[in-house]
Amino acid sequence: MKLDSKIPKGPIDKKWSQYKSEVNLVNPANKRHIDVIVIGTGLAGASAAATMGELGYNVKAFCFQDSPRRAHSIAAQGGINAAKNYQNDGDSVYRLFYDTIKGGDYRSREGNVHRLAEVSRNIIDQCVAQGVPFAREYGGYLDNRSFGGVQVKRTFYAKGQTGQQLLLGAYSALARQIKQKTVTMYNRHEMLDVVIVDGKARGIIARNLITGEIERHSAHAVVLASGGYGNVFFLSTNAMGSNVTAAWKVHKKGAMFANPCYTQIHPTCLPRTGDYQSKLTLMSESLRNDGRVWVPKKKEDAVRLQKGEITAKEIKDEDRDFYLERRYPAFGNLVPRDVASRAAKERCDAGFGVNKTGEAVFLDFGYAIKRMGKDAVEAKYGNLFQMYEKIADENPYELPMKIYPAVHYTMGGLWVDYNLMTNVPGLYATGECNFSDHGANRLGASALMQGLADGYFVLPYTIGNYLADDIRTGAISTDSKEFDEAEANVKKTIDQLVNNKGTKSVDHFHKKLGNVMWEKCGMARNKEGLKSAIEEIQQIKKDFWADVLIPGTNEELNLELEKALRVADFIELGELMCRDALQREESCGGHFREEHQTEEGEALRNDDDFAFVGAWEYKGEGTEPELHKEELVYENVEMKQRSYK
Amino acid sequence: MSLTGLFLIMFLAVHLAGNLQLILPDEGKSFNLYAHNMANNPLIQVVSKGNFFFILLHVVVSILLTRKNTAARPIGYAASKSASKATWASRNMGVLGTLVLVFIVLHLKGFWFELKYGTTPMVDYDGETIKNAFLIVKEAYQNPLYVLFYVISMALVGFHLSHGFQSAFQTLGLNHVKYTPIIKFLGLAFSIVVPVLFALIPIVMYLQNS
Amino acid sequence: MNLTLKVWRQKNASDKGKIVEYKVNDISPDCSFLEMIDILNNNLVELGDEPIAFDHDCREGICGMCSMFINGRPHGPSDEITTCQLHMRSFKDGDTIFIEPWRAEGFPVIKDLTVDRTAFDRIIEAGGYVSVNTGSAQDANNLPIPKIDADKAFDSATCIGCGACVAACKNASAMLFVSAKVSQLALLPQGQVERKQRVENMVAQMDEEGFGSCTNTGACEAECPKGISIENIARMNREYFSAKISSDNV
Repeated sequence: MKLDSKIPKGPIDKKWSQYKSEVNLVNPANKRHIDVIVIGTGLAGASAAATMGELGYNVKAFCFQDSPRRAHSIAAQGGINAAKNYQNDGDSVYRLFYDTIKGGDYRSREGNVHRLAEVSRNIIDQCVAQGVPFAREYGGYLDNRSFGGVQVKRTFYAKGQTGQQLLLGAYSALARQIKQKTVTMYNRHEMLDVVIVDGKARGIIARNLITGEIERHSAHAVVLASGGYGNVFFLSTNAMGSNVTAAWKVHKKGAMFANPCYTQIHPTCLPRTGDYQSKLTLMSESLRNDGRVWVPKKKEDAVRLQKGEITAKEIKDEDRDFYLERRYPAFGNLVPRDVASRAAKERCDAGFGVNKTGEAVFLDFGYAIKRMGKDAVEAKYGNLFQMYEKIADENPYELPMKIYPAVHYTMGGLWVDYNLMTNVPGLYATGECNFSDHGANRLGASALMQGLADGYFVLPYTIGNYLADDIRTGAISTDSKEFDEAEANVKKTIDQLVNNKGTKSVDHFHKKLGNVMWEKCGMARNKEGLKSAIEEIQQIKKDFWADVLIPGTNEELNLELEKALRVADFIELGELMCRDALQREESCGGHFREEHQTEEGEALRNDDDFAFVGAWEYKGEGTEPELHKEELVYENVEMKQRSYK
Repeated sequence: MSLTGLFLIMFLAVHLAGNLQLILPDEGKSFNLYAHNMANNPLIQVVSKGNFFFILLHVVVSILLTRKNTAARPIGYAASKSASKATWASRNMGVLGTLVLVFIVLHLKGFWFELKYGTTPMVDYDGETIKNAFLIVKEAYQNPLYVLFYVISMALVGFHLSHGFQSAFQTLGLNHVKYTPIIKFLGLAFSIVVPVLFALIPIVMYLQNS
Repeated sequence: MNLTLKVWRQKNASDKGKIVEYKVNDISPDCSFLEMIDILNNNLVELGDEPIAFDHDCREGICGMCSMFINGRPHGPSDEITTCQLHMRSFKDGDTIFIEPWRAEGFPVIKDLTVDRTAFDRIIEAGGYVSVNTGSAQDANNLPIPKIDADKAFDSATCIGCGACVAACKNASAMLFVSAKVSQLALLPQGQVERKQRVENMVAQMDEEGFGSCTNTGACEAECPKGISIENIARMNREYFSAKISSDNV
């Protein structure tokens, strides 16, 4: 199968405007007769559902939470990028485009990224008009801050709760459309399959999570905005419910899954404290501006720290190993996320971890307090210190923080073309669940930008181009053999799980899977590890289906059943991630292969052989998936090696 | 609640000013004259009817409110402490209010009803014969149990006011960083000073006559 | 540490429900409250019993989904945190802990500790937005907003919609939640156009959902995990009275 990205012809800065002026439209009277399903109500889903509702389509929106406002976009802290150049510091659409391509380690599509940079400006206008309370300067104008990897101040923010404020803005727009009955909201519903009729996505099978009822919903197009799959690692900064099920089901029905191995690991998270740990909490990366990262030089000190016999204070300066400053004298503690993360893992694997699990390094503000004074440190980081103290029960003004990297964002996802349509006609993917804009690595404050760009300003145009052919189709019936079949399959899976009566809880298998993924497909990967990981995951899959135990029935709120359905898909995805990591014989962004590094241990890209999108086609149970390649062509940006020495 | 409450608060202040004359050392002359004037001033008569009306309204609205609020939580908690984050008075305005109402009824029966419809002793001042309200009060306060009843009732009024005063402003939307602390202080002061002065009257009169 | 839990179990909305006692042992003080429930649930599952159903999602105190009434207080004994941010170090070995769902007519129980909070969604749908279609916005900096107003609006907007205010209030009143949204939009110039109808419609919907009325006890403010002030309620009252007096709705 040939993957056609459908990038419009013409110069990069004209493509989108050209596209918009030539795209097919659906007239307002016809929009009323067209149904669109949206899965997920995060930034991408809520903004898409609201905007399509405003346009006049009949939208059905689904979320598994109790309210659309709970989607995990809400947890984003830092901010949202936009090429407004309000600071007059030389920013432009081109610069945002360039920074995003470079930050993505030259593995994203030029056309998509340029469009993202263009519409970034409209997002801020739209959000302000909705009443999103962005931070302002005393003159009443919008404030900006700078973020990692760029030289301008282009990040708009609302304290440390930008994601919350943007999501509540999109949620309020959605609420307005629900009131106007253009959008029907289905809370506590989980999509369990897509229905494909005559090669087109025409509906979904969803489970009502309260009653267990399996419902059929038809539409002329289906939009997935179901988020990322970081929870395949069990422990991540994702919400407990974040899952890959919707994306995985459509993959199994023919949609390609692109670049699944690209995983962003965030270096400054709170470490795990024990086996009971369910989730990892992220702390803003800005901490590395003034904190110094270290572990003990002597192993015996590390061991005593792990046993809790001594504290950091008892280790003298000359016995501390500031390994980032040692290895990267130019950037020191400010090396990019992936580099900092790998360096921490390297030290901990060597036995120098500083907490009881041996998986933590120090982030020390003692030096900053000496240099700037406690008040200055408090003014800058006070709320983060408070958050740390709440969770870790240690005063970071007295003792250094303990941090460890954690899975944060997944750049891979469903393969989409310029229209955000997957290779299945009528099936769209937006936000984190597609693969398109961040390449191999996402820059800070770009996830919110992409989610809202897709939902407010891209999809509502591109979907019309497809739906223009559907104005005479009429309502799609749910009484068809395709719906029967899909529903029967879903019911069969559920019956199997509920009646399995094994001996182990779902979490047991999820933790096992997470462990394999973290050890062998995490921050650093190698051929041997990946190969054994694939085998181990296949075994976990067998064990899961043989021995999982789900109490209760389908016909009720059954949290274990919900988890089981999700974990079953995570297991299969985990295997695909390992396969993708195995085929990608290079190191780039969120993918580091130990075999491909420079002498100093830096990532080594291979642009000659791997400047492509790796899109996987599902070939059926027990058959290996097939890799398709979409070549990445760079006409406007020159590919360069990153260096932080 | 807030508007009627505020009216009743104003009434309390005026009522106190009048009643404090009971303990002037003139054997009740100024109090009796004051009572006489009040009874014969048409404006005061209107206000007094209004006062009854507002008490009634305050009660009726509070009953409606309580019914609505009880219905809002049909099943209670097995363990509930979160209310302890709010003051005791604020959580028990209904109970306090009911007890205060009982007091008001007895109070009215004891004095207002007696004066208006009972056989009242008369007294002469400068040739004019008027009702000797002072004597009724004085006799009533000979009974230490009666005095105790008044003191306790005033404590209840105090608690009721401690929440009611500032709450009325909040309900009316009057909350401001600058003024709310002042309102809270005034509310507290009012809810202590007024009931204490009221309670002093029976105590002083009891002590004077025993 | 070893603990005794007294947990509300209710099979479904029509079940009567009761408190059931459980023992959990060897809990680390570093464990979060929800992780402690995870441990209990895992034990229950492996015994073939039904685990306790409870709402939770982000586990970092921002999604507003977790909602447990712990030992008589929403989100437990510590101030300004959600249930998921509560750690077991706030309890002592041997403690007995009561865990109940939010109790309110407007929040019917779905199962165990899970309640239906869609009433909040319907209140927002009644008017908690600025009616601006995508694409019709002017340039963001054409509308300077005094920093002090923007900051106040932000403070109101940090509400996570968890419902602890309703759970804490002796009247099960939703005034703090509603007023936070009304305030956010009343403070900003973008909200002025629909100011009157917004407060009227949202308050009407709030009453329709069966929430009680505010008697200014202040319990909501004390229990709000985001520290939202009852100043918002006063502001909403102000907005409401002035809308009632001057709007064209008869």
